[in-house]
Amino acid sequence: MRRRLMAILAVAGLIVVGGLWSFSAPRGLDNSALAGLEGQAERGRDVFLAAGCGSCHMAPGRDADPLVMSGGRDFASDFGTFIAPNISPDPEHGIGGWTQDHFITAVMRGVSPEGQHYYPAFPYTAYIRAEPQDIADLYAYMMTLPHDATPSRPHDIGFPFSIRRAVGLWKALYLREDWVVSSDLTEEEARGRYLSEALGHCAECHTPRNLLGALDVSRWLEGAPNPSGRGRIPPIAGDAFTWTAFDISAYLETGFTPEFDVVGGTMAAVVSNLQQLDASEREAIAAYLLRLRD
Amino acid sequence: MRLTRIFGAAALSTALALPALADQDPAVAARQGQFKLFAHNFGVLGGMAQGRMEYDAAMAQTAADNLFHLTRVDQGRLWPEGTDSSSIDGTRANAAIWDDLDDFVAKFVALQGSVENLQGVAGDGLDDMRTGVMAVGGTCQACHEAYRDEAS
Repeated sequence: MRRRLMAILAVAGLIVVGGLWSFSAPRGLDNSALAGLEGQAERGRDVFLAAGCGSCHMAPGRDADPLVMSGGRDFASDFGTFIAPNISPDPEHGIGGWTQDHFITAVMRGVSPEGQHYYPAFPYTAYIRAEPQDIADLYAYMMTLPHDATPSRPHDIGFPFSIRRAVGLWKALYLREDWVVSSDLTEEEARGRYLSEALGHCAECHTPRNLLGALDVSRWLEGAPNPSGRGRIPPIAGDAFTWTAFDISAYLETGFTPEFDVVGGTMAAVVSNLQQLDASEREAIAAYLLRLRD
Repeated sequence: MRLTRIFGAAALSTALALPALADQDPAVAARQGQFKLFAHNFGVLGGMAQGRMEYDAAMAQTAADNLFHLTRVDQGRLWPEGTDSSSIDGTRANAAIWDDLDDFVAKFVALQGSVENLQGVAGDGLDDMRTGVMAVGGTCQACHEAYRDEAS
């Protein structure tokens, strides 16, 4: 009897393990989403700026060239330290050997060309909402950037988070394609939502996280502890955020707060990117953020 | 050289006492007051540059003159060692300032240069002033990006 019970338990265990294994398998996009996309590098520059790729992937240290995607910056977190990899078009140390499909699958699903999960420090959790055409444009643009042969360094992540396959279970729980703000939006607000929720990934810093590192969407953009340093990332939604639309778009253009303090920290790179876009893009972000007050 | 005159004492001097809170340290309170005065004057110029208020050559010139003199206040006693955010509460001054004081000084000198330029153009019309304002903002940002923590 006891033997039989053990056998049943063993089989059940195998089913669970097998189920989790297949459940956690990396999944890319449907081929239909990838087919027929032709990237345009000129359009991709705006995507590159709006998506803030360089803010994380440029070289560490002061005065790094914002177009050299050599990687190497450290991002401390509760799970260990993530180190941004080289995503320059260098064929050996960067992503020069990737196809457009590889690139879109990596950016929008967090799956590498080798079929491995990326950690969600890479904000594919936001980019999943992007238009594949924009990411194709981004690919075309990034392939025009300077080559850099700096080898990527491995992340410094402790057990059990070092098990990459577990990221698949995390994705099953938290990777969501739908918008966080789903109410009826004006065209401008919807554009702002696209820039904020899909490309700009504001929430990665401005929204608090749960114990598993997933964003707490019930406190969307309401400010959060700084994961990589002292102090707090300020709220840009909720009662504590009182800026006007003009204040927001002016800040994103000039880096000046309404009190004429000047932007610093990791936000400085965000402003440096967004100030190069059309004014209507900054105004759209402002319209979206103000909509969150309703 | 000039850098040592501006900042030389900072590396050598220590806080008079060893307080746990920034607001108990007169040097920290003074330097935070200094930045408030920067912003108070920069706000006049930035407000005109952003179109929050109408350009007024005399007002702009006065604010730029003030900034010029404010950024020439000797910094020697404002940055004693041990007044970084790892050592005391209530400051956003990252310890990296004291790890690379030469670079910090270079960034302050860049601020002085951009403000001197702004002083020269503030009364010359909105467009010239705006260019000068944005350059000053850039020198503020370069230092805040490298050396200032998030507010708590």
